[in-house]
Amino acid sequence: MSVVIKVEQLSKAYQLGEIGTGTISRDLERWFAKIRGKEDPFLKVGEVNDRAARGDSDIVWSLRDINFDILQGESVGVIGRNGAGKSTLLKLLSRVTAPTTGQIKVKGRIASLLEVGTGFHPELTGKENVYLNGAILGMRKKEIDRKFDEIVDFSGVERYIETPVKRYSSGMYVRLAFAVAAYLESEILIVDEVLAVGDAEFQQKCLGKMKDVSTRQGRTVLFVSHNMSAVLNLCNKGVVLRNGLLDYCGNLREAVQLYQNSNMSRSNEWIADKAATLPQIRYAWLDLAEEQPNLTLKIKVKIGSASNNSPAFIAFDIKNGFGTTIMQAIPSITPFLECNGNEKEYEFQVDLVGLIPDSYYVSIWIGPHNSETYDWQKDILSFEVQQSPTAGRTFPHHYDNGFIVPNSKIIQGL
Amino acid sequence: MEVPEYWDLVLKPQNSFFELNLQDVWRYRDLLWLFVRRDFVSFYKQTILGPFWFFIQPLFTTIMYTFIFGGLANIPVDGLPKPLFYLAGITTWNYFSDCITKTSTVFKDNANIFGKVYFPRLIMPLSVVISNLIRFAVQLGLFLIAMAWYGWVEKGNHFHFSGYILLFPVIVCQMALLGLGTGMVISALTTRYRDLAFLVVFGVQLLMYATTVVYPLSTVLVKFAKHPWMSAIIEYNPMTPIIETFRIGFLGKGTFTWPLYLYSVVVTLLILFLGIFIFNKVEKNFVDTI
Repeated sequence: MSVVIKVEQLSKAYQLGEIGTGTISRDLERWFAKIRGKEDPFLKVGEVNDRAARGDSDIVWSLRDINFDILQGESVGVIGRNGAGKSTLLKLLSRVTAPTTGQIKVKGRIASLLEVGTGFHPELTGKENVYLNGAILGMRKKEIDRKFDEIVDFSGVERYIETPVKRYSSGMYVRLAFAVAAYLESEILIVDEVLAVGDAEFQQKCLGKMKDVSTRQGRTVLFVSHNMSAVLNLCNKGVVLRNGLLDYCGNLREAVQLYQNSNMSRSNEWIADKAATLPQIRYAWLDLAEEQPNLTLKIKVKIGSASNNSPAFIAFDIKNGFGTTIMQAIPSITPFLECNGNEKEYEFQVDLVGLIPDSYYVSIWIGPHNSETYDWQKDILSFEVQQSPTAGRTFPHHYDNGFIVPNSKIIQGL
Repeated sequence: MEVPEYWDLVLKPQNSFFELNLQDVWRYRDLLWLFVRRDFVSFYKQTILGPFWFFIQPLFTTIMYTFIFGGLANIPVDGLPKPLFYLAGITTWNYFSDCITKTSTVFKDNANIFGKVYFPRLIMPLSVVISNLIRFAVQLGLFLIAMAWYGWVEKGNHFHFSGYILLFPVIVCQMALLGLGTGMVISALTTRYRDLAFLVVFGVQLLMYATTVVYPLSTVLVKFAKHPWMSAIIEYNPMTPIIETFRIGFLGKGTFTWPLYLYSVVVTLLILFLGIFIFNKVEKNFVDTI
């Protein structure tokens, strides 16, 4: 297998803040440094890209000294938190913008799909837009002619193909747009989370199409997503980015695990940042134990109060990655948390049901009565479920089919 | 010994000076036509008169000019029928000014496409120049109809085609390249400094009065004989020889000298190269600053 993408010492810097009146003086300064043969003052050796921390310079390195190779036919999942540099990497690979330093060497044609329906013009008909969009993505007219029927067929909007796309529903629009991209004939395909569109059936179709592209047609695919089950399903190699640096490149499962764990360490512990007059949650900690479908949560909570208050009870709300609260656990309905001016630690166990793979967030509420709140901390802890509750299920779960997988078995007919 | 590997594409921080990727542009030629088609089709979609709108603007402008500059201000028109004189100027000037104003905002208007997908950036300004060419052709049709009207219906007018009409294809290209070049310089600079975009709108308007659109060059040379710098501004404006050549070619009246014409060709090429050079420097990274 030959290397089709070679990324060498790749870095990309962005300027923070506004580009305004300061720009012209800065430009002159840079130009002056350049003609004297000095280093660009704009590109001072900066900090890593941590958006939470304050840096000294007003530039930020979205990517810093990235090196990796991708072999022909590999399908690579690029994962990382928001702001880790995933999109920047894709932008560089798809030539939307140029690197600040370093280089990328490529063999073969690259087609990138950072967005579906780029360049769709609302006034043009579906057919005209298929041609336009196809050409923007690098197809020749002949190629589109040849595949036009297949594209229309895949999109399922045949009846509307002579209608301006401004009359389309958003679903139809996206279907047509993805269909064009699905028939690109390039050796390398770069895809940014475009699968988060359309209905479940269409998403399955897109995933299937992409899998087909990578496994059967032997083309190289780079795929960015936050949806771990889609990545696990589609890819066979993982690249993990963190704060603009390359964390890991190699085995996909290890990559996903590394990513999940780095997420966990961030949020399985929480400490209150200021003291309140009412009784409050001072500290919380969470651990996910056992295996699917019998997951359990161990939660430690420290409750403290400044003065004497009536006792409270506690509730845990569990939200999924979509932001829907899917369950609430109340260990006891009688107020049992002492709020007498001291601090006390409690430990709870929550037996979970079979949850679909996703990120989950826990909010904690305390109060003496259901209509009176002492403290309510939202989404302070989180955990990830990586495995499907149904043993051996590899095709992804989707929100449209529910969040919980009950135990089920065959009792007759086997 | 290691054999150097062959790569189809190497993405580096900067383009070298005159690396134009013309092969790339050629490979995307279908896209160029589709953009031209898009501009043309989306212009008249959901209109009743459709492409006839291309006629309306020059027609009414000509009527206004005939009354104001011809009737009220009494500016001489080289002895030609006034509407024909103005229409000749307006048709050519419109093409040039549309090329400038539309290419100068090309990065800004298409930032969303440029930010999501790669295709040779040069395609966009090229498509603007070509789709304006269609509009120009339609307006030229109007001009020819007007000529026919004054030739056959209103007898006794003195105008005729002259040999300079052979230069017509050359001046069309020249206008396109001049518009493209200027537009590219401005578009490349507006990615960082938006101020220029405002400047263009009225700059082009002002420039029209420094070009022989509403008056002939011959009058300028006579009237401003005492102020050589004023006539020089008009004379050495690269658009002036173009419009004068157009008039002398189609109507037989105008001021044409080879040195002045060749001068405007040289200026056009210089501006074009400057445009390509700046555009080339900016195209790789403008997405970050726009």
